[in-house]
Amino acid sequence: MIRVLFAIIGGILLGGVVHLVSVLALPRIATQDAYSRLTALTTLNTVTPLPLADPSHSPMPFMDPAFAVAVCRYDLSSGSIKLTVPVSQAYTSVSFYTRRDVAYYAINDRSAGRKVIELDLMTEAQHAQLPEEEDVTAADRLIIDSPSTTGLIVLKALAAEPGMMAQAQGSLAASKCRVQTEPPAVKPSAKR
Amino acid sequence: MRLIFITLLALIIATAVGLGATWITATRGTDLGTLTIGPWTARPRTGTADVDPYSRATIARSGELPIGTGDGIAFSATTDDSKRPLDGRCDVIVSGVTPAARFWTITLYDRKGHLVANSLQRYGFTSEEIVRNSDGSFELHVASRARAGNWLPTGGIERYALMLRLYDTPVGVATRTQRDAPMPSIATAGCS
Repeated sequence: MIRVLFAIIGGILLGGVVHLVSVLALPRIATQDAYSRLTALTTLNTVTPLPLADPSHSPMPFMDPAFAVAVCRYDLSSGSIKLTVPVSQAYTSVSFYTRRDVAYYAINDRSAGRKVIELDLMTEAQHAQLPEEEDVTAADRLIIDSPSTTGLIVLKALAAEPGMMAQAQGSLAASKCRVQTEPPAVKPSAKR
Repeated sequence: MRLIFITLLALIIATAVGLGATWITATRGTDLGTLTIGPWTARPRTGTADVDPYSRATIARSGELPIGTGDGIAFSATTDDSKRPLDGRCDVIVSGVTPAARFWTITLYDRKGHLVANSLQRYGFTSEEIVRNSDGSFELHVASRARAGNWLPTGGIERYALMLRLYDTPVGVATRTQRDAPMPSIATAGCS
Protein backbone atom coordinates (compact mmCIF):
# COMPACT_ATOMS: atom_id res chain seq x y z
CA MET A 1 0.00 0.00 0.00
CA ILE A 2 2.79 2.38 0.92
CA ARG A 3 4.40 1.70 -2.45
CA VAL A 4 1.24 2.77 -4.29
CA LEU A 5 1.25 5.98 -2.25
CA PHE A 6 4.87 6.57 -3.27
CA ALA A 7 3.92 5.95 -6.88
CA ILE A 8 1.13 8.54 -6.68
CA ILE A 9 3.31 11.19 -5.00
CA GLY A 10 6.19 10.44 -7.35
CA GLY A 11 3.84 10.60 -10.30
CA ILE A 12 2.52 14.01 -9.28
CA LEU A 13 6.06 15.38 -8.79
CA LEU A 14 7.14 13.98 -12.14
CA GLY A 15 3.95 15.46 -13.60
CA GLY A 16 5.16 18.91 -12.54
CA VAL A 17 8.34 18.34 -14.53
CA VAL A 18 6.34 17.11 -17.54
CA HIS A 19 4.15 20.23 -17.26
CA LEU A 20 7.08 22.66 -17.21
CA VAL A 21 8.84 20.92 -20.08
CA SER A 22 5.70 20.78 -22.20
CA VAL A 23 4.85 24.47 -21.61
CA LEU A 24 8.35 25.46 -22.70
CA ALA A 25 8.24 23.08 -25.67
CA LEU A 26 4.78 24.08 -26.90
CA PRO A 27 5.88 27.14 -28.96
CA ARG A 28 8.45 24.93 -30.73
CA ILE A 29 6.18 22.04 -31.55
CA ALA A 30 3.00 23.99 -32.34
CA THR A 31 1.96 23.43 -35.96
CA GLN A 32 -0.97 25.84 -36.03
CA ASP A 33 0.81 28.91 -34.68
CA ALA A 34 0.60 32.22 -36.53
CA TYR A 35 3.89 31.78 -38.40
CA SER A 36 2.90 28.35 -39.70
CA ARG A 37 -0.56 29.57 -40.69
CA LEU A 38 0.92 32.51 -42.59
CA THR A 39 3.64 30.45 -44.30
CA ALA A 40 1.11 29.03 -46.73
CA LEU A 41 -0.42 32.45 -47.45
CA THR A 42 2.71 34.55 -47.93
CA THR A 43 5.81 34.64 -50.11
CA LEU A 44 9.22 35.10 -48.55
CA ASN A 45 10.65 38.64 -48.33
CA THR A 46 7.67 40.19 -50.10
CA VAL A 47 4.75 42.18 -48.74
CA THR A 48 1.66 40.00 -49.08
CA PRO A 49 -1.77 41.44 -48.28
CA LEU A 50 -3.87 39.21 -46.05
CA PRO A 51 -7.55 38.64 -46.80
CA LEU A 52 -9.90 40.65 -44.61
CA ALA A 53 -11.07 38.91 -41.47
CA ASP A 54 -14.59 37.60 -41.91
CA PRO A 55 -16.66 35.04 -39.99
CA SER A 56 -16.27 32.08 -42.34
CA HIS A 57 -12.58 32.47 -43.02
CA SER A 58 -9.90 34.40 -41.23
CA PRO A 59 -6.18 33.70 -41.42
CA MET A 60 -5.72 33.99 -37.65
CA PRO A 61 -8.04 34.16 -34.64
CA PHE A 62 -8.67 37.51 -32.92
CA MET A 63 -7.88 39.66 -35.96
CA ASP A 64 -9.14 43.23 -35.82
CA PRO A 65 -11.66 43.60 -38.70
CA ALA A 66 -11.13 47.39 -38.77
CA PHE A 67 -7.60 46.94 -40.11
CA ALA A 68 -6.10 46.14 -43.48
CA VAL A 69 -3.22 43.77 -42.80
CA ALA A 70 -0.22 42.80 -44.88
CA VAL A 71 2.62 40.49 -43.91
CA CYS A 72 6.26 40.29 -44.95
CA ARG A 73 7.68 36.93 -43.91
CA TYR A 74 11.40 37.50 -43.79
CA ASP A 75 14.59 35.49 -43.92
CA LEU A 76 17.71 37.52 -43.18
CA SER A 77 20.22 34.81 -44.11
CA SER A 78 20.92 36.38 -47.53
CA GLY A 79 21.12 39.97 -46.28
CA SER A 80 19.35 42.71 -44.33
CA ILE A 81 15.89 43.90 -45.24
CA LYS A 82 14.77 47.40 -46.10
CA LEU A 83 11.17 48.13 -45.30
CA THR A 84 9.23 51.17 -46.50
CA VAL A 85 5.61 51.69 -45.54
CA PRO A 86 3.72 54.80 -46.65
CA VAL A 87 1.52 56.11 -43.84
CA SER A 88 -2.23 55.83 -44.40
CA GLN A 89 -4.72 58.53 -43.43
CA ALA A 90 -5.79 57.24 -40.04
CA TYR A 91 -3.25 55.02 -38.35
CA THR A 92 -0.48 52.75 -39.55
CA SER A 93 1.70 50.44 -37.51
CA VAL A 94 4.49 47.97 -38.15
CA SER A 95 5.07 45.07 -35.73
CA PHE A 96 7.91 42.58 -35.75
CA TYR A 97 7.60 38.98 -34.61
CA THR A 98 10.19 36.24 -34.29
CA ARG A 99 9.76 32.78 -35.78
CA ARG A 100 8.15 31.80 -32.45
CA ASP A 101 5.59 34.63 -32.56
CA VAL A 102 7.25 36.84 -29.93
CA ALA A 103 6.50 40.52 -30.61
CA TYR A 104 9.92 42.09 -30.16
CA TYR A 105 9.32 45.49 -31.70
CA ALA A 106 6.43 47.64 -32.86
CA ILE A 107 6.26 51.17 -34.17
CA ASN A 108 3.39 53.38 -35.31
CA ASP A 109 3.23 56.27 -37.75
CA ARG A 110 3.45 58.91 -35.03
CA SER A 111 6.54 57.51 -33.36
CA ALA A 112 8.13 57.16 -36.81
CA GLY A 113 7.24 60.82 -37.29
CA ARG A 114 7.23 60.85 -41.08
CA LYS A 115 5.00 60.30 -44.06
CA VAL A 116 6.82 57.07 -44.80
CA ILE A 117 7.99 54.56 -42.19
CA GLU A 118 11.45 53.46 -43.30
CA LEU A 119 13.52 50.91 -41.47
CA ASP A 120 16.31 48.42 -41.85
CA LEU A 121 15.96 45.00 -40.30
CA MET A 122 19.06 42.92 -39.72
CA THR A 123 20.44 40.31 -37.40
CA GLU A 124 22.77 41.41 -34.61
CA ALA A 125 25.72 39.96 -36.53
CA GLN A 126 24.85 41.99 -39.63
CA HIS A 127 24.45 45.11 -37.50
CA ALA A 128 27.89 44.56 -35.98
CA GLN A 129 29.38 44.34 -39.47
CA LEU A 130 28.11 47.80 -40.45
CA PRO A 131 30.99 50.28 -40.86
CA GLU A 132 31.34 52.92 -38.12
CA GLU A 133 30.35 55.99 -40.13
CA GLU A 134 27.20 54.18 -41.21
CA ASP A 135 26.25 53.85 -37.57
CA VAL A 136 26.61 57.62 -37.04
CA THR A 137 23.81 58.25 -39.48
CA ALA A 138 21.62 55.82 -37.58
CA ALA A 139 19.64 58.80 -36.25
CA ASP A 140 17.87 59.22 -39.57
CA ARG A 141 17.99 55.53 -40.37
CA LEU A 142 16.07 53.29 -38.05
CA ILE A 143 17.89 49.99 -37.61
CA ILE A 144 16.15 47.11 -35.91
CA ASP A 145 17.94 44.01 -34.67
CA SER A 146 16.04 40.81 -35.21
CA PRO A 147 16.67 38.17 -32.53
CA SER A 148 15.95 35.40 -35.05
CA THR A 149 16.93 34.97 -38.71
CA THR A 150 13.36 34.34 -39.79
CA GLY A 151 10.17 35.99 -38.62
CA LEU A 152 7.22 38.12 -39.54
CA ILE A 153 6.71 41.82 -40.19
CA VAL A 154 3.04 42.72 -39.86
CA LEU A 155 1.87 45.96 -41.45
CA LYS A 156 -1.49 47.31 -40.36
CA ALA A 157 -3.51 50.27 -41.59
CA LEU A 158 -6.70 51.32 -39.83
CA ALA A 159 -9.88 51.88 -41.79
CA ALA A 160 -11.64 54.11 -39.27
CA GLU A 161 -14.87 53.64 -41.23
CA PRO A 162 -15.71 50.70 -43.53
CA GLY A 163 -15.55 53.02 -46.56
CA MET A 164 -11.90 53.74 -45.85
CA MET A 165 -10.85 50.10 -46.22
CA ALA A 166 -9.89 50.42 -49.89
CA GLN A 167 -7.67 53.37 -49.07
CA ALA A 168 -5.99 51.53 -46.19
CA GLN A 169 -5.35 48.51 -48.41
CA GLY A 170 -3.99 50.80 -51.11
CA SER A 171 -1.42 52.37 -48.82
CA LEU A 172 -0.25 48.92 -47.69
CA ALA A 173 -0.03 47.75 -51.30
CA ALA A 174 2.48 50.54 -51.93
CA SER A 175 4.78 49.32 -49.15
CA LYS A 176 7.94 47.40 -49.91
CA CYS A 177 10.03 44.81 -48.13
CA ARG A 178 13.26 44.02 -49.96
CA VAL A 179 16.46 42.14 -49.30
CA GLN A 180 19.55 44.26 -49.67
CA THR A 181 21.78 41.78 -51.40
CA GLU A 182 24.89 43.96 -51.71
CA PRO A 183 27.29 43.65 -48.78
CA PRO A 184 26.70 46.40 -46.22
CA ALA A 185 30.26 47.75 -46.62
CA VAL A 186 29.61 49.23 -50.07
CA LYS A 187 26.18 50.51 -49.18
CA PRO A 188 27.08 54.02 -47.90
CA SER A 189 28.63 55.08 -51.23
CA ALA A 190 25.67 53.62 -53.09
CA LYS A 191 23.23 55.45 -50.85
CA ARG A 192 24.79 58.89 -50.85
CA MET B 1 5.97 -7.59 -11.38
CA ARG B 2 4.84 -5.34 -8.57
CA LEU B 3 7.65 -2.87 -9.29
CA ILE B 4 6.76 -2.64 -12.96
CA PHE B 5 3.13 -1.99 -12.09
CA ILE B 6 4.02 0.77 -9.63
CA THR B 7 6.48 2.44 -12.03
CA LEU B 8 3.87 2.31 -14.76
CA LEU B 9 1.29 3.86 -12.43
CA ALA B 10 3.69 6.67 -11.52
CA LEU B 11 4.42 7.38 -15.18
CA ILE B 12 0.76 7.38 -16.14
CA ILE B 13 -0.03 9.82 -13.32
CA ALA B 14 2.92 12.01 -14.37
CA THR B 15 1.74 12.18 -17.98
CA ALA B 16 -1.87 12.89 -17.03
CA VAL B 17 -1.01 15.55 -14.44
CA GLY B 18 1.68 17.22 -16.56
CA LEU B 19 -0.10 17.37 -19.89
CA GLY B 20 -3.43 18.12 -18.22
CA ALA B 21 -1.96 21.13 -16.43
CA THR B 22 -0.35 22.32 -19.66
CA TRP B 23 -3.58 21.98 -21.58
CA ILE B 24 -5.55 23.90 -18.94
CA THR B 25 -3.02 26.74 -18.72
CA ALA B 26 -2.66 26.98 -22.50
CA THR B 27 -6.40 27.15 -23.15
CA ARG B 28 -7.60 29.18 -20.17
CA GLY B 29 -4.48 31.27 -19.61
CA THR B 30 -2.89 32.12 -16.30
CA ASP B 31 -2.97 35.18 -14.08
CA LEU B 32 0.72 35.84 -14.67
CA GLY B 33 1.23 39.50 -15.53
CA THR B 34 -2.44 40.24 -16.17
CA LEU B 35 -3.90 43.70 -15.80
CA THR B 36 -7.52 43.45 -14.66
CA ILE B 37 -9.79 46.49 -14.66
CA GLY B 38 -13.40 45.58 -13.87
CA PRO B 39 -14.39 42.80 -16.29
CA TRP B 40 -11.53 43.65 -18.67
CA THR B 41 -8.20 41.86 -18.67
CA ALA B 42 -5.08 42.55 -20.67
CA ARG B 43 -1.62 41.02 -20.74
CA PRO B 44 0.66 43.97 -21.50
CA ARG B 45 3.80 41.84 -21.48
CA THR B 46 2.65 39.58 -24.33
CA GLY B 47 3.51 42.45 -26.67
CA THR B 48 7.13 42.58 -25.54
CA ALA B 49 10.16 40.35 -25.85
CA ASP B 50 9.92 39.36 -22.14
CA VAL B 51 6.62 37.52 -22.53
CA ASP B 52 6.14 34.75 -19.96
CA PRO B 53 6.26 31.07 -21.05
CA TYR B 54 2.59 30.48 -20.28
CA SER B 55 1.48 33.33 -22.55
CA ARG B 56 3.82 32.04 -25.25
CA ALA B 57 2.22 28.61 -24.98
CA THR B 58 -1.26 30.15 -25.19
CA ILE B 59 -0.29 32.20 -28.26
CA ALA B 60 1.30 29.19 -29.97
CA ARG B 61 -1.78 27.09 -29.33
CA SER B 62 -4.38 29.61 -30.50
CA GLY B 63 -2.37 30.83 -33.50
CA GLU B 64 -2.96 34.53 -32.89
CA LEU B 65 -0.34 37.26 -33.10
CA PRO B 66 -0.20 39.37 -29.93
CA ILE B 67 -0.41 43.13 -30.40
CA GLY B 68 3.00 44.76 -29.97
CA THR B 69 3.50 47.23 -27.14
CA GLY B 70 4.57 50.02 -29.50
CA ASP B 71 1.32 49.49 -31.37
CA GLY B 72 -1.28 49.21 -28.64
CA ILE B 73 -2.91 46.96 -26.07
CA ALA B 74 -5.85 44.55 -26.18
CA PHE B 75 -8.36 44.15 -23.34
CA SER B 76 -10.78 41.27 -23.46
CA ALA B 77 -13.94 40.62 -21.47
CA THR B 78 -15.93 37.41 -21.23
CA THR B 79 -18.19 38.46 -18.35
CA ASP B 80 -20.10 41.57 -17.37
CA ASP B 81 -19.40 43.73 -14.30
CA SER B 82 -21.19 41.26 -12.01
CA LYS B 83 -19.16 38.26 -13.31
CA ARG B 84 -22.04 36.91 -15.38
CA PRO B 85 -20.82 35.35 -18.65
CA LEU B 86 -21.63 37.42 -21.74
CA ASP B 87 -24.64 35.80 -23.41
CA GLY B 88 -25.56 36.59 -27.02
CA ARG B 89 -29.25 36.09 -26.30
CA CYS B 90 -29.24 38.89 -23.71
CA ASP B 91 -29.11 42.67 -24.02
CA VAL B 92 -25.69 43.80 -22.89
CA ILE B 93 -24.84 47.48 -22.58
CA VAL B 94 -21.25 48.64 -22.74
CA SER B 95 -21.06 52.25 -21.61
CA GLY B 96 -18.69 54.87 -20.36
CA VAL B 97 -15.38 56.22 -21.53
CA THR B 98 -12.14 54.65 -22.72
CA PRO B 99 -8.55 55.38 -21.68
CA ALA B 100 -6.52 57.90 -23.62
CA ALA B 101 -5.63 56.49 -27.04
CA ARG B 102 -5.41 57.82 -30.56
CA PHE B 103 -7.83 55.20 -31.82
CA TRP B 104 -9.69 52.30 -30.31
CA THR B 105 -11.80 49.47 -31.65
CA ILE B 106 -14.26 47.17 -29.93
CA THR B 107 -14.92 43.79 -31.55
CA LEU B 108 -17.13 40.80 -30.81
CA TYR B 109 -15.69 37.29 -31.16
CA ASP B 110 -16.90 33.84 -30.37
CA ARG B 111 -14.86 32.01 -27.76
CA LYS B 112 -12.45 30.70 -30.38
CA GLY B 113 -11.61 34.13 -31.74
CA HIS B 114 -13.74 34.06 -34.89
CA LEU B 115 -15.98 36.92 -35.91
CA VAL B 116 -19.70 36.24 -35.65
CA ALA B 117 -21.68 36.31 -38.89
CA ASN B 118 -24.55 38.80 -39.18
CA SER B 119 -26.50 40.35 -42.03
CA LEU B 120 -25.13 43.84 -41.38
CA GLN B 121 -21.52 42.65 -41.56
CA ARG B 122 -20.99 44.64 -38.39
CA TYR B 123 -18.30 42.98 -36.29
CA GLY B 124 -17.28 45.91 -34.15
CA PHE B 125 -16.97 49.65 -33.83
CA THR B 126 -14.03 51.98 -34.15
CA SER B 127 -13.63 55.14 -32.06
CA GLU B 128 -14.47 57.19 -35.18
CA GLU B 129 -17.68 55.35 -35.97
CA ILE B 130 -19.36 55.18 -32.61
CA VAL B 131 -22.06 57.72 -31.79
CA ARG B 132 -21.31 59.53 -28.53
CA ASN B 133 -23.30 61.49 -25.98
CA SER B 134 -22.62 65.21 -25.59
CA ASP B 135 -20.21 64.52 -22.70
CA GLY B 136 -18.06 62.25 -24.85
CA SER B 137 -19.18 58.98 -23.31
CA PHE B 138 -20.79 56.29 -25.42
CA GLU B 139 -23.37 53.55 -25.02
CA LEU B 140 -23.08 50.38 -27.06
CA HIS B 141 -25.89 47.83 -27.22
CA VAL B 142 -24.72 44.27 -27.76
CA ALA B 143 -27.83 42.25 -28.56
CA SER B 144 -29.20 39.72 -31.01
CA ARG B 145 -32.01 42.01 -32.25
CA ALA B 146 -31.69 45.53 -33.64
CA ARG B 147 -31.37 48.37 -31.15
CA ALA B 148 -31.38 52.14 -31.68
CA GLY B 149 -28.03 53.87 -31.51
CA ASN B 150 -24.81 51.84 -31.48
CA TRP B 151 -25.88 48.25 -32.04
CA LEU B 152 -23.44 45.38 -32.18
CA PRO B 153 -25.22 42.18 -33.29
CA THR B 154 -24.38 38.95 -31.46
CA GLY B 155 -26.00 36.56 -33.95
CA GLY B 156 -27.66 34.94 -30.94
CA ILE B 157 -24.61 32.84 -30.00
CA GLU B 158 -24.51 31.65 -26.43
CA ARG B 159 -21.06 32.78 -25.29
CA TYR B 160 -18.95 35.52 -26.72
CA ALA B 161 -16.01 37.75 -25.86
CA LEU B 162 -15.58 41.47 -26.37
CA MET B 163 -12.19 42.85 -27.19
CA LEU B 164 -11.32 46.50 -26.73
CA ARG B 165 -8.08 47.44 -28.44
CA LEU B 166 -6.37 50.75 -27.77
CA TYR B 167 -3.92 51.98 -30.39
CA ASP B 168 -1.11 54.43 -29.69
CA THR B 169 -1.87 54.64 -26.00
CA PRO B 170 0.06 55.29 -22.78
CA VAL B 171 -1.78 52.32 -21.21
CA GLY B 172 0.61 49.40 -20.90
CA VAL B 173 3.02 47.64 -18.60
CA ALA B 174 3.03 50.54 -16.10
CA THR B 175 -0.76 50.70 -15.80
CA ARG B 176 -2.20 49.36 -12.55
CA THR B 177 -5.68 50.65 -11.75
CA GLN B 178 -8.94 52.03 -13.07
CA ARG B 179 -7.65 55.55 -12.34
CA ASP B 180 -4.89 55.18 -14.95
CA ALA B 181 -7.23 53.58 -17.43
CA PRO B 182 -10.97 54.27 -17.10
CA MET B 183 -12.60 51.30 -18.84
CA PRO B 184 -16.25 51.18 -19.93
CA SER B 185 -18.66 49.18 -17.79
CA ILE B 186 -20.52 46.12 -19.06
CA ALA B 187 -24.04 45.44 -17.80
CA THR B 188 -26.56 42.75 -18.72
CA ALA B 189 -29.93 44.47 -19.04
CA GLY B 190 -32.22 41.54 -19.71
CA CYS B 191 -32.53 38.29 -21.56
CA SER B 192 -35.02 37.28 -24.20
